[in-house]
Amino acid sequence: MIIAFFQYIGGLLMLAGSIFCLLAAVGLLRLPDIYTRMHAASKAGTMGTGLLLTAIAIVSFDGAIILRAIAGFVFLLLTAPVAAHLLARAAFLTGHKPTELTIINELDSEKTKK
Amino acid sequence: MSSADFLIFAGIVSFAILSLAFFLTILRIILGPTLPDRVIALDMLVYIGIGYIAVVVIYTGYFLYLDIAIALGLVGFLATVAFARFILHRGRASEQIKQMESEPEPEAKKKRKRKL
Repeated sequence: MIIAFFQYIGGLLMLAGSIFCLLAAVGLLRLPDIYTRMHAASKAGTMGTGLLLTAIAIVSFDGAIILRAIAGFVFLLLTAPVAAHLLARAAFLTGHKPTELTIINELDSEKTKK
Repeated sequence: MSSADFLIFAGIVSFAILSLAFFLTILRIILGPTLPDRVIALDMLVYIGIGYIAVVVIYTGYFLYLDIAIALGLVGFLATVAFARFILHRGRASEQIKQMESEPEPEAKKKRKRKL
């Protein structure tokens, strides 16, 4: 009974995670410039993958597997913002302009005219 | 529908959705106008790959594949950091390169050649 309940929950988490991944990919394709694309990919992508790893943790009734799945999720949560920040910084410093729709660009005056 | 059947059904649907996401991300890699666009799409591709492995783990029941997912996450992070360093040192926005090439000043061209 309780196993069946957790299996239903795990299946729903799996579907939700893959839909998050699909939304991240759609955002990657539709958004106008590199910074907004990064916003879609690094947040929704991490969420989708994290939900899929959480589904493993819920479906498996094994302490070691649960620990490894949670460790993978925490690792993703730690590394994804770092990677996105490094990439955004590199893109901005090498002169990739934000889209025309950007309203506030506080770093515009000095750095982009380099 | 019993719970095990539902898990298998969710696995198949997740495979289909993740395949669609994979396809859209590869489209961005092909289309991507600049290098950082392609790098961020590659990063996303790694995430989707980890998701694929997670669905395979649940679908087949071989929980050993989870270690491969964690290793893939590590490699993807290091690859993105390396690409960011590469862009910082070598990459330049395509508009700027066009500007420099259209400028008649020899100084700018010299600078670019020295960097390349």
